[in-house]
Amino acid sequence: MHEPFRYCRVERSLLPNETKIKVEARSIFKVFGTSPHDALQLLKQGKSKDAIFEATGDTIGVQDASFKVGEGQIFVVMGLSGSGKSTLVRMINGLIAPTSGKMLIDDTDVANCSGKALRAVRRSKIAMVFQHFALFPHMTVADNVAYGLKVKGVGADQRRKKAEAALDQVGLKAHADSYPDELSGGMQQRVGLARGLASEAEILLMDEPFSALDPLIRRDMQEELLELQRSLKKTIIFITHDLNEAMILGDRIAIMKDGRFVQVGTAEEIVDNPANDYVAAFTADIDRSRVFTAASVATAAEALEIGRDTAESAIARMEALGRDALYVIDGKAILGAVAYRDLAASIRDNGGALREAIITDFPKARRTTPLFELYPLAEGGLPIAIIDRQGKLAGVVAPQDVFGKLATPTAA
Amino acid sequence: MFSPSDILTIPLADWVNSFVRDWLVPNFRPFFRSLQWPITQVLNGLDGFLNAVPMIAFTLVLALIAWRTAGRGVAIFTLIALAFIDMIGLWPETMTTLSMVVTAVLFCTVIGIPIGIAAASSNRFQTVLRPILDIMQTIPSFVYLVPIVMLFGVGMVPGIIATIIFALPPIVRLTNLGIRNVRGDLVEAAQSFGSTRWQMLWDVQFPLALRTIMAGLNQTLMLALSMVVIAALIGAGGLGLTVFTGLGRLDVGNATAGGVGIVLLAIILDRITQSLGEPARMRKTSLRATLATLFSPKRSGRDGEA
Repeated sequence: MHEPFRYCRVERSLLPNETKIKVEARSIFKVFGTSPHDALQLLKQGKSKDAIFEATGDTIGVQDASFKVGEGQIFVVMGLSGSGKSTLVRMINGLIAPTSGKMLIDDTDVANCSGKALRAVRRSKIAMVFQHFALFPHMTVADNVAYGLKVKGVGADQRRKKAEAALDQVGLKAHADSYPDELSGGMQQRVGLARGLASEAEILLMDEPFSALDPLIRRDMQEELLELQRSLKKTIIFITHDLNEAMILGDRIAIMKDGRFVQVGTAEEIVDNPANDYVAAFTADIDRSRVFTAASVATAAEALEIGRDTAESAIARMEALGRDALYVIDGKAILGAVAYRDLAASIRDNGGALREAIITDFPKARRTTPLFELYPLAEGGLPIAIIDRQGKLAGVVAPQDVFGKLATPTAA
Repeated sequence: MFSPSDILTIPLADWVNSFVRDWLVPNFRPFFRSLQWPITQVLNGLDGFLNAVPMIAFTLVLALIAWRTAGRGVAIFTLIALAFIDMIGLWPETMTTLSMVVTAVLFCTVIGIPIGIAAASSNRFQTVLRPILDIMQTIPSFVYLVPIVMLFGVGMVPGIIATIIFALPPIVRLTNLGIRNVRGDLVEAAQSFGSTRWQMLWDVQFPLALRTIMAGLNQTLMLALSMVVIAALIGAGGLGLTVFTGLGRLDVGNATAGGVGIVLLAIILDRITQSLGEPARMRKTSLRATLATLFSPKRSGRDGEA
């Protein structure tokens, strides 16, 4: 059995301005054809892709792409075929030279550097994983994995050791001496991944790595990548045509159309606030309960203090805030929730003691809990307590808000 | 009736005559003669060696090679064919022809593979090269026998030079094709890990193109064998000479014997070089495994893989 997947497994706290930038594209353009600079002029005059093709016969691959990827982030570029995403990723390691713009890897501009400098960047900083695996059929799995090291001039013993370590990480150590065609598709792509890991590059470019795999294996590989990423903390640029995959993996997602970034943001930002109809059409099929977390529906943690509040003051607070229930805290500890109904009954029957009306069996969640995990918690009717790492009350989710968030904006 | 030659006649034959006789030969004869030197060395060494090795020893070694590369059937064929050649009295001629052919193919490989690699990495060079290869393949070999004799003289080595010109195109073409046909993403993968051009050629492109290159080598070898009789026209010896003298004297018997010798040699060399082009992994079997296959009642291995 698969455990239910969720989009927000990795905590998305790392925004690029808080971390070191590993990859930065500054206004990258790519024109394919015989007179790229003329075409570029026309493009800057505001001519459309089709008009430029008619005038010059040149095709616009990528236009004005700028982005920053911070260390340890997964940046997903999502687009349909022909959107320029594969061209874009190949400009990051210089397999394709941009027509204009800068592509900075740490401090090296790979768009405008010597062949030697480019090779140095490829050897030490960037590894790539390919859609159809691109394993060398004449080499064993171990030799494939060690290829990047061989290019660097690492000795045979050292290569073998590192290749085995990388294969161990993807669970294929036993197949080190097999040939690629003896492995299944999923295993071959694990070898492709191990080849990327073995070179010890900090940046991993993944060009639709799971597209050629069966859906179930694809799911496994996504899980495995996230699992590995938790310990490796590589900077990953991941290309896909599948928004679902983008949402599962991406810390940030760029949606590409006709060579242009249509929208860049987190999964939540894109689903919650699509930039245009094109993005909205994609996000319509996304399961919103897996994209959004409790944090997106949480409200301020208005709570009663056991030492200060009484049943009467609690009733007054609830009426003022318009809520049916509130949490009661004792300093930092959460004692439980009190419901308006119970308090009213308690005042009527025995003069009202706040402490006696507290329900200690209350629903709890974290800020990062996806909404679909809140369904059972919301059934009790009590607000859900959002608890931070120290166990303090950080916010409250009203049950009706959980379901309200699931309605798509068009339906609302 | 009007014809274009009423206005203008082009003395092409005279031009070529004056170009070759009056300019090329007097000025460059020493240069062309010096080109013979490496060929002469290789040929003499090989010819001396092959003629010194006892017939039985050579036959067994070639049969062993055939067995390890092409299988049991070819090995048995090699034994019978070489024995037959010896029995019809053409052993020395066959060895001479073999050394000529091997020398020609060796030089074709040394010249052709680098040219093929260069053609694969430059479209412009390929465009220039293609018509030259077309001319080399289509021009009747008799046409260049005359200038070759004028520049190099007569004998074995000029015969080999004519053979090289005739047999070179396939290995160039198929090296070019083989390298160009290496999957694009494999080349990208090699590049993305920072390979130099040389590393990529050596580790990725050449091994993956090897099958196609071996097919080119096979073609080159076959063409070289087919030149044996023509090379005899300008003084090369061997089986070609047997056929050629047979032709001159209307001696059907000797011509046929020479022809049969050439055919048998061709079949042996063809089968061995063809199987060299098979993926290396399939051929890497131990001697013990091969022996086991040989003596097991059912032939497993090769037939299943083929």
